[in-house]
Amino acid sequence: MSKPNPQDRVYSRDHEWAKDNGDGIVVVGITDYAQEMLTDIVFVELPPIGKKVAKGEPVAVVESVKSVSDVYSPVSGEVIDVNTKLETNPEIVNQDAFGDGWMVKIRLSDAGELKTLLSAADYEQMLKEEKH
Amino acid sequence: MKKTPLYEKHIVLNAKIIDFGGWAMPVQYTNVIEEHRATRGFAGLFDICHMGEIEVKGPQALDLLQLVLTRNLAEQTIGQVKLSTLLNEEGGIIDDLTVYKMANDSYMLVTNAAPKDRDWAWINQIQQEKKFDCSLKDISDKTGKLDLQGPRSEEILQKFTETDLKTLRFYHFCESRVTGFPAIISRSGYTGEDGFEIYTTADVIGNIWDSLIHAGEHSGLKPAGLGARDTLRLEAGMMLNGQDMNESVSPLEVPYSWIVDMNKDFIGKAAVLARKNSGKGNKLVGIEVTGRGIARHEYKVFHRGKEIGVVTSGTFSPTLNKAIGMAFVDIDFSAPDIQVEIAVRDAMVPAKIVKLPFYKRSK
Repeated sequence: MSKPNPQDRVYSRDHEWAKDNGDGIVVVGITDYAQEMLTDIVFVELPPIGKKVAKGEPVAVVESVKSVSDVYSPVSGEVIDVNTKLETNPEIVNQDAFGDGWMVKIRLSDAGELKTLLSAADYEQMLKEEKH
Repeated sequence: MKKTPLYEKHIVLNAKIIDFGGWAMPVQYTNVIEEHRATRGFAGLFDICHMGEIEVKGPQALDLLQLVLTRNLAEQTIGQVKLSTLLNEEGGIIDDLTVYKMANDSYMLVTNAAPKDRDWAWINQIQQEKKFDCSLKDISDKTGKLDLQGPRSEEILQKFTETDLKTLRFYHFCESRVTGFPAIISRSGYTGEDGFEIYTTADVIGNIWDSLIHAGEHSGLKPAGLGARDTLRLEAGMMLNGQDMNESVSPLEVPYSWIVDMNKDFIGKAAVLARKNSGKGNKLVGIEVTGRGIARHEYKVFHRGKEIGVVTSGTFSPTLNKAIGMAFVDIDFSAPDIQVEIAVRDAMVPAKIVKLPFYKRSK
């Protein structure tokens, strides 16, 4: 079973989370449900710092033994930091997707976009519907 | 999608099911790395019911097989298994299959799942042209097959058969019983480990599956899916039909020259020779990624900026903890240690040509 989805952040329909630091910067990662679907993550490709991304565009890549998946940016903005630990220890995403397994920090270009994302409850509702 | 007789078992075990050559097959039960390591360290049990089985029987069964297959089967003994390729007229590989000699005029061919119907049609066509005194029968639907692979396989299987498995040599089989049901036990497999391929009738394969799963629990046995099967065979340097080879590839371009006997006549021989004598062509090689990234099927391979080939299989190796693969490259760039680059999305990632296999078990 997936870990509960923390209330302190918002979610995309593509299974990414975005946590607002309150200073115009959000931390982005994939949900525990996503890591569980991917299973054994063996490689994470992170973007260069300074890269500009639009909401819904690929911002990172995660690979399991069997598959290659894009991580879509849940917000628009500029990448200001990446979690370089994942380059040597990609399994951290499996172990702690909501914490140490974060992927990028993005300086928001449009703070209003956060309101278009799902709350933890809405995300869970979406997962339930997907399973049916 | 077609379902194997074990499909419901996979559902109960919560397996992730994929379409593999038209079959609904388990790709993983828990995760690929776990199932891979269980097989290398203890034992893995694989549903292989999707593969095809064709019987060839009659006084001229051997004559037909000698003509359609590249391997020389003249010296094959009863109870021995031989790997061979089946070629088209142009010398391309239709399938790589194993030949079981059941009796002097009786053989069983074990084919890959996807090309089975193609194999069947092609061998029948040749049989009708040449009119050898033998008959062919597709017994795939009524046959069930399990692969039990890994160092603990013998100890686990021994509990369910009266055959002394110690006396069964590699690439040999016997007609025996498993959990009381008639079965063929073959010491062979597709993982690079010791292990067995077990053939029985489709209606009892579920009983054998349950017995092995249950008895194997304390020996570290796990059910293993096609994901682990793929990483295991790739580490062991074994090719996958339809991916590392296809009908446009000659057996001399891949590591199969050892199963092609140029001293006998076989379908496709002239074309194979002509291609060889042209001195051109490609070669299937091992690759190891030395930079950051994982080579995957169909990624392009370059040498100093010039495209020289394509990755046919690529994955992260759970045993070696690095990215490995096979690539089909221009023969001029196929020697071990040649530095190449692989186009991984936007990046050119350094890699090198290496000898196969990547993994060899200690005896």
